[in-house]
Amino acid sequence: MTSAHVIASEVRAGTRRATDVLEDFLGRIEAHDGDVHAFNTVSAEQARAAAAAIDAAVDEGRDPGPLAGVPVAFKDNLCTRGVATTCSSRMLEGWQPPYDATVVQAMTAAGAVMIGKTNLDEFAMGSSTEHSAFGPTRNPYDLARVPGGSSGGSAAAVAAGFAPLALGSDTGGSIRQPASLCGIVGIKPTYGRVSRYGLVAFASSFDQIGPFATDVADAALALGVISGHDPVDSTSIPAAAPDFEAALARGVEGLRVGVVSELTGSRGNGAANGGPVLGDAAGEVLDGIDADVTERVLEAADALADAGATVGRVSVPAVTYGLTAYYLIAPAEASSNLARYDGTRYGLRVEGADVEEMNRLTRRAGFGDEVKARIMLGTFALSAGYYDAYYGKAQRVRMLTRRDFDAAYADFDVLLSPTSPCVAFRFGERADPMTMYRCDTCTIPSNLSGDPAMSVPFGTGAEDLPVGVQVMAPALGEEAMLTVAAALERAAPPLPKPPLARMSGSKGAGS
Amino acid sequence: MSGANKSGKRQVRQREGSPTDAASLGEAAAISTDQVAHVARLARIELTADEIEHYTGHLGRVLEHARELEDLDLADVPPLAHPYPLRNVFRDDVAGSPVDRDEVLSQAPAASSGQFEVPPVLGEEA
Repeated sequence: MTSAHVIASEVRAGTRRATDVLEDFLGRIEAHDGDVHAFNTVSAEQARAAAAAIDAAVDEGRDPGPLAGVPVAFKDNLCTRGVATTCSSRMLEGWQPPYDATVVQAMTAAGAVMIGKTNLDEFAMGSSTEHSAFGPTRNPYDLARVPGGSSGGSAAAVAAGFAPLALGSDTGGSIRQPASLCGIVGIKPTYGRVSRYGLVAFASSFDQIGPFATDVADAALALGVISGHDPVDSTSIPAAAPDFEAALARGVEGLRVGVVSELTGSRGNGAANGGPVLGDAAGEVLDGIDADVTERVLEAADALADAGATVGRVSVPAVTYGLTAYYLIAPAEASSNLARYDGTRYGLRVEGADVEEMNRLTRRAGFGDEVKARIMLGTFALSAGYYDAYYGKAQRVRMLTRRDFDAAYADFDVLLSPTSPCVAFRFGERADPMTMYRCDTCTIPSNLSGDPAMSVPFGTGAEDLPVGVQVMAPALGEEAMLTVAAALERAAPPLPKPPLARMSGSKGAGS
Repeated sequence: MSGANKSGKRQVRQREGSPTDAASLGEAAAISTDQVAHVARLARIELTADEIEHYTGHLGRVLEHARELEDLDLADVPPLAHPYPLRNVFRDDVAGSPVDRDEVLSQAPAASSGQFEVPPVLGEEA
């Protein structure tokens, strides 16, 4: 697979045509997306026009930008003018936004070519894409398994070689967990680092847009393009984006890396117990984290120590309550945000005798099961008599999380944990809501605190499926996070490409 | 500073709530079918009786789990609503190009005379 860096440099140099690059990727989508279903929409026609414009700019001696001719897939909850933006919901089927999201404008202005819109759990509520109204996305490593979610389509698209870059959104882990399950890199930036303007809102105090890529350097390149202050997003941090790519070559010598004990237990194997560097986890370790996932995280910590980092264990006690707090606050915010889908201004309408009946029937027909459950859960958590017991308590737990992370970052520059408690699971395996929600155990704490976090592939677990290690950093600490991620990438055992990505563009020439 | 002691364990408060105490959840079922029906009305979602049963189970499982927060002493912890507090966010008051009205209305379920069209609000013909 060609990286975004290589494509952009070749297109800028005039040695490769953007239109040829695009046709390669469209051919792969044509051959294999019937199996994967990463895309809700493939915008081939618009992409061909955009690629031709890039080639014309190069011919005229103009520089199309750092992503010249790089095909990019956008999660289908990012507004794209004139191209359907569905959130994988019947509610918005066919809706064409009248404007582009700021990140879409930024990627396009940097020379990227939108190749399509990717599948997700409806309104980004889920961890497997099984909640998409248009059918699930399948994991390129094993079509019987989920790609993770909610940005499962974006993760699968990059893993399958349908696009070198994709954007997703992360509210409770929706970039990092699918990146982990699909064996690629995914970044959730600091809350406010990237504009949310044009991202269809789920839980506004958590939602953050970030990139997927096959390696850390490409992810850093895309992050640099989409970062920066946006005057039309009032939660946008007024800080210029640093040179993220410069952070990649820095060594980890002298960096302090803390392994979060609550999420990373002791080595299962008695002989290796404790390992050469880290002692056993003291105190409470959360249940349900696969032993081989824990093992990969401890190996990653060892690799960082070998590379010169100072590695130790750290306790972040509030992470054990993060899941509960998140599944009260996020539905509460969703119940408010999704009130706008009432059959009036866009999307589906089911006629009724009066406005209220029209609202009720529209929302009955337009929302899927999980979305209805979360809207009602949030409405309940905010309702009179229960507000203090549920929403109020959850917000206080959010403050505890903030404080516990602050304490941990007083001693460590970055923190390490699993990204996902398990490797990619089979369809239907986590049908119970609490079982599904536990997929987000390790990722949610960084959404509660607003801090940046990313997933880097580091070896494999059960069934030779990819395992991701999560690197977390304090607010606006993306540079140290990327330095550590790049070191982990250099030390990681080679990850086999998914069978689909090893095939060529046309099905006949493939397997 | 965080309420956590060095062993990583938080101080745990004994449950002493009764079902009538709004700040504590007591031992009753986390949510009833009547409450789900009420919440569905508030959220403007039409549900059948079977669906109300289904969501009572779904919401009950999540709320049951939420009772673990009962064990936390949070009296001295203020709520956090937003991860990166910014204050007094201003921008220059300059005219931009507005979104095209016809383009917006072309995506509406029903529109006429340059406006969104809805059924009667007051139950009588306009």
